[in-house]
Amino acid sequence: MGLRSLIWKELRERPWSLATSGLAILLGVASLVAIRHVTVASEGEVSRQLATLGANILILPKDATLENYYAADQNGGTLPEEHVSEVFLAGLTGVEKVSPKLCVPAELQGQSVTLAGILPQTEFRTKAAWQTVALFSAKPHTGCKKAKCAITANDALPESLATNRTIETLGETETVIGADVADRSGLKLGTKVTLLGETFEVLAILPRTGTVDDSRVFAHLHTVQRLAGMGEVVSAIEVMGCCEDAAGDLVPEIRKLLPDAKVVTISQVVQTQVGVNRLMANTSWFVLVVLTLVGGVSLAGAISANVRERRREIGTLMALGATPGFVARLFLIKALVLGLVGGISGCLIGLALALWLGPHWAAVEIVPLPQLMVASACAACALALVSAYWPARTAARLDPCICFREV
Amino acid sequence: MYGLQEINKEYNRRGDAVVAFRCDRLEIGAGEYVAVVGPSGSGKTTLLSLLGGMLSPTRGKVWLDGQSLYDLSVAERTRIRRQRMGFVFQSFNLIPYLTALENVQLPLVLTGLPATEQCRRATALLDRFGLHGRLGHKPNELSVGQQQRVALARTLVNDPRIILADEPTGNLDPTNRQLVLEILDESCRSGRTVVMVTHDPEAARHAHRQLRLCDGAVSEILVRNSTTKSGDAA
Ligand SMILES: Nc1ncnc2c1ncn2[C@@H]1O[C@H](COP(=O)(O)OP(=O)(O)O)[C@@H](O)[C@H]1O
Ligand SMILES: [Mg+2]
Repeated sequence: MGLRSLIWKELRERPWSLATSGLAILLGVASLVAIRHVTVASEGEVSRQLATLGANILILPKDATLENYYAADQNGGTLPEEHVSEVFLAGLTGVEKVSPKLCVPAELQGQSVTLAGILPQTEFRTKAAWQTVALFSAKPHTGCKKAKCAITANDALPESLATNRTIETLGETETVIGADVADRSGLKLGTKVTLLGETFEVLAILPRTGTVDDSRVFAHLHTVQRLAGMGEVVSAIEVMGCCEDAAGDLVPEIRKLLPDAKVVTISQVVQTQVGVNRLMANTSWFVLVVLTLVGGVSLAGAISANVRERRREIGTLMALGATPGFVARLFLIKALVLGLVGGISGCLIGLALALWLGPHWAAVEIVPLPQLMVASACAACALALVSAYWPARTAARLDPCICFREV
Repeated sequence: MYGLQEINKEYNRRGDAVVAFRCDRLEIGAGEYVAVVGPSGSGKTTLLSLLGGMLSPTRGKVWLDGQSLYDLSVAERTRIRRQRMGFVFQSFNLIPYLTALENVQLPLVLTGLPATEQCRRATALLDRFGLHGRLGHKPNELSVGQQQRVALARTLVNDPRIILADEPTGNLDPTNRQLVLEILDESCRSGRTVVMVTHDPEAARHAHRQLRLCDGAVSEILVRNSTTKSGDAA
């Protein structure tokens, strides 16, 4: 038998006396680990999106909100389709592609989907030839680092819509469907489907993107306009800049060109989203601080009570030759055990929570962060030690004479 | 062994100093068996705490084997207690969550003896006190007499030179009281110094010497002829 088994035997006698403080520590660590995992993963996701879409500019109706840029084209308002040509004909420096979109609700085999009308890039090229203007790609701005002017073989595939947000060719009665829609409807390539009373042929099924595109169905813009009876309008126009510098310079020019529209860069939209994330993260830090305080204070209280009710035992131990240091360790190690148990189980619960909630809440895949978990467990132990420090000191300074006191 | 020199122990109670124990000079020889008697509140426990190195006197010195006990550090006094002293308490002070065996092992745990040796010594002593069937019992599963025997085994397991007992028979029935007194007698015969606080005149008669305390002062000393058992006043 040694110090540790002494602590263990006492702890085993009444494990529930410390349950509340243990639970508080566990909840604190679990929420920290869960929130940080989700935050880190969604920040990673946002920067990944920024990396691929950062150079893009969204032209939206004036009253559109920006909470989620993926859904920003679903605000309900519309813009005249001429804006597309205006941008296109203005010959702005640094524009690579222009992609208008009209989103309308539709039904596909009994399930409601968003039908997005898009314009294939080939039509721009024909138009360009017809209008005798140079294609955007002919005019990269000076000093552009990222210009992607040539059309690669990949861009020609309809599946590239998922990553490039544009499509090369799309017939008037062809449709491209998102991964979720494909899963739920079981549609295959080449199948005929009915949308808004018109029959379409499935040209492609998009790979999963983890965005709202997964639950969308795409068709030719003009077909969608006709079927929806909305005239020549679009919900949003996406302008792909060659690089982020270009995007920043383009915004004021497009604003001047289209004074009745809202012109924002994707980075701005994403920043808005990041701001929302940050607010959530700050709120959860606050929750965390409260939980930590509650955990620490309740542990300090529990250890104090433990010291008080064991006064005579402590006196007896001191009479038997226990040093003040031994007595202090008796309580510090006990608190440490609690911190370890609470910390480690909190980590595991937090991780499980994050793995489960991440895809639901933030639409991100969670990657476990071992450093974070080790740090949280260590923090829990440190918290436990700090909380137990004063009670342990009190115990160590008790007068051994108490051993003679009768109860 | 012990020498008390111009000792005064005062407690402050709301500004009033209360003298709990005082004495000009008191010697306790090695191997002596001393009983401390006196009414409640007369300072018996205070004297025992002073001897046990647990309570520093307000004035004066407590000498133990030529060392001034209260000029040592807390750690050194603790070490002396661990190595040379054994305590017996009126209500035994067994640790409730430890078994009889573990309770007896406790002083050996504090000296850092290996576990097997702890077990061997504790078991041997408990056997000697007729508790071989009770090693794994918790204190609340033992009778009062068995508890005091476990406590005595814990006192003796370190082989202390000094035994300080505070009313060791106070809570016991006559049979168990007799048993405890025999163990103390036996300890004394094997050369240990025993200081026993007691209310019981019969028990006090087992000692070589009786100190009577009254209001914190040593007022009377009864010495018994070391060969006869029915010693009387001096
Ligand atoms: N911690 C203390 N604080 C104040 N007074 C005390 C304390 N301990 C003992 N006393 C007082 O000292 C006197 C002697 O106490 P004690 O030695 O316990 O007596 P006894 O053991 O003979 O009953 C008593 O008057 C008691 O009230
Ligand atoms: Mg007393």
